[in-house]
Amino acid sequence: MKSTDTKTDGGTDIDHDLFDSGSDVELARSEQLSNAFTEYVYAPVMILWDDWRARIGSLIILGYLLMGTIGVILVEPATLHEGPRLEGVFEGTEFLLGTDILGRDLFAMIVHATPAMLQMIIAGGVFTTVVATIIGTVSGYKGGVLDRVLMTVSDIALTIPGLPLVIVIVVIFPPQHPVTVGILLSINAWAGLARALRSEVLAVREESYVEASRTMNVPTRVILTKDIIPNLMPYIMVNFVGAARGVIFGSVGLYFLGILPFTTLNWGVILNMAYTQGGSLYTLETIHWFLAPMITIILLSYGLILFAQGMDRVFNPRIRARHVQDDAGTEDTEDDGQIQTTVTEQI
Amino acid sequence: MNYFIKRIGQSVFTIFAVVSISFGLIRLLPGGPAAQLRAQLIQDSAGAADMERVNRLVELHTNIQPSKPVWEQYVDYMVAVFQGDLGESLWHNEPVSAILGEALPWTVFLMGTSLFISFVIGIALGAVMAYYEGSNFDVSATSGIILLNSIPYYIAAVVLLYFLGYQMQVFPTGGHYGSGVEPSLSIGFFRSVLYHSVLPISSMVITSFGGTAIAMRGNAISVLGNDYLRVARLRGLRDRRITMEYVARNALLPMYTGLMMSIGMVFGGSVILEEIFTYPGVGYYMFQAIGSRDYPVLMGSLILITTAIVIGILIADLTYGKIDPRVRGEDREVY
Repeated sequence: MKSTDTKTDGGTDIDHDLFDSGSDVELARSEQLSNAFTEYVYAPVMILWDDWRARIGSLIILGYLLMGTIGVILVEPATLHEGPRLEGVFEGTEFLLGTDILGRDLFAMIVHATPAMLQMIIAGGVFTTVVATIIGTVSGYKGGVLDRVLMTVSDIALTIPGLPLVIVIVVIFPPQHPVTVGILLSINAWAGLARALRSEVLAVREESYVEASRTMNVPTRVILTKDIIPNLMPYIMVNFVGAARGVIFGSVGLYFLGILPFTTLNWGVILNMAYTQGGSLYTLETIHWFLAPMITIILLSYGLILFAQGMDRVFNPRIRARHVQDDAGTEDTEDDGQIQTTVTEQI
Repeated sequence: MNYFIKRIGQSVFTIFAVVSISFGLIRLLPGGPAAQLRAQLIQDSAGAADMERVNRLVELHTNIQPSKPVWEQYVDYMVAVFQGDLGESLWHNEPVSAILGEALPWTVFLMGTSLFISFVIGIALGAVMAYYEGSNFDVSATSGIILLNSIPYYIAAVVLLYFLGYQMQVFPTGGHYGSGVEPSLSIGFFRSVLYHSVLPISSMVITSFGGTAIAMRGNAISVLGNDYLRVARLRGLRDRRITMEYVARNALLPMYTGLMMSIGMVFGGSVILEEIFTYPGVGYYMFQAIGSRDYPVLMGSLILITTAIVIGILIADLTYGKIDPRVRGEDREVY
């Protein structure tokens, strides 16, 4: 049956307002705002806060955000020979994390590397999730030839090894801006998520409310954005975090090996200097030079993983409801395990 | 049978796409490697540039003949690559295929072993965690795994190299076998190879088995909750049969897909890992090629690593159909 058949039953046109209009009760603007605040800000935050993983994770991420914004203003940038060479951790009061071989404050260097890193992470995460969402939902919903073409492209992107491809591109066109680096690093990270989203869409598209929208001749674009994508939000958000972690690992690795141009200060650049100039592998004297950026990276990615696991509870109403009922606190391990898989597979 | 043909066709197409990308990067981009090489050759011959000779050299190294039209260059390049001719290294003055052909088995050995060990540990640990779900062991193992997963493999590599390689000198810090050992089928040679591969393999395994364990735990727990297990118990089947045929098999099936995903990730990581341990695999030569701007080797490594991954995934995919008899119907209504 064609969807247009509903209109040709001989009667008058169906009044489309029937489907558009909401409740007749008018709410004052302030009331609407406060409702929206409760629904979209207060409730999610409270649910997040309930979960210890999300609590720790969001505190860690918040710390990095502060470091990248306020920290840059508060902490003076590192300059050459501002302190003694290779001062250890907590040896003096001025340089908490010690200094490198040129007498630069390691703490200041780490803080000032944060904004570029955050830009990179956000650029990579947004790029990955947006491309994956578009390709995954369109392909899963439309089906047919378009689906086959898009999935073949995704499969190819999934197979081509990300890191070697990125290295080749970076060598030929050295990226300068952090945003470009972030996007380049996630050049084929979208493929896995697109495939996962497609199979989710395949399940959702058969739901009766989607079928109802289709019979009402609602445009595909609207069905996708209003009916389908909200169902995929947990997946998308969790994978945003996964993509972010991929960008951190990739960028630090490539800066560490000196493949990306040192146009911005990065934790990987500090690692590289410790590795190549410090001769750090041979003595214990320079170990702090190494450990400072390492712990910075590990802590951030630890925070991101914890946050992703906690966030799953906010976006997944089913889990949320079960958690409320569940006083004994037994975990919904099933969903837990699956979500963790999606995060951890993107190393 | 149809599925076989489709999958093999797709694999060939993937390699084809990568070779095309590589051609595009070398040739079509302004200021790309072919143009750079050409400019360099003209400059080297100091004014008296013999264009024919320059073009011949460019072709020798990159398989690209600058004087021909683009489509002809593309066809020539494709034909050459699919015949195994990846051009000639600018740095070593040797065919790229010879250099990388020697390096590839080492990369496959290193990464294949890492993948295998990390899956075995992950699956075993995940199964145990699922069995003792909610216990102290489960909770602490999960937290430990999250922490391990936060560590990039190259940081694990540097830390291991620092402590076990340089400080305590328990393991060698580089190379694929001892300098005094002759490559032969002797036990001494194998021991030396294993000894040299311990650190690279451990750094990969330590940082990646956790993902497998968590996934396996989730799968096993969801399988344990299924009705058919209850039915199986009610039918009075023996525990052994239930665990092996009902739980293990169903929990392992999704892991197979995870394995396929990991192949690409692990092989991609070989570039960084092999450089840190100066392990002469494909990744190591690729890294060396970056420093010396040896584009033929660079592109050759990309093509070769991709081919290795494609073949690995193809094998995994074709055998998957053997262990999972369910037919995944692709016929759907088109809206």
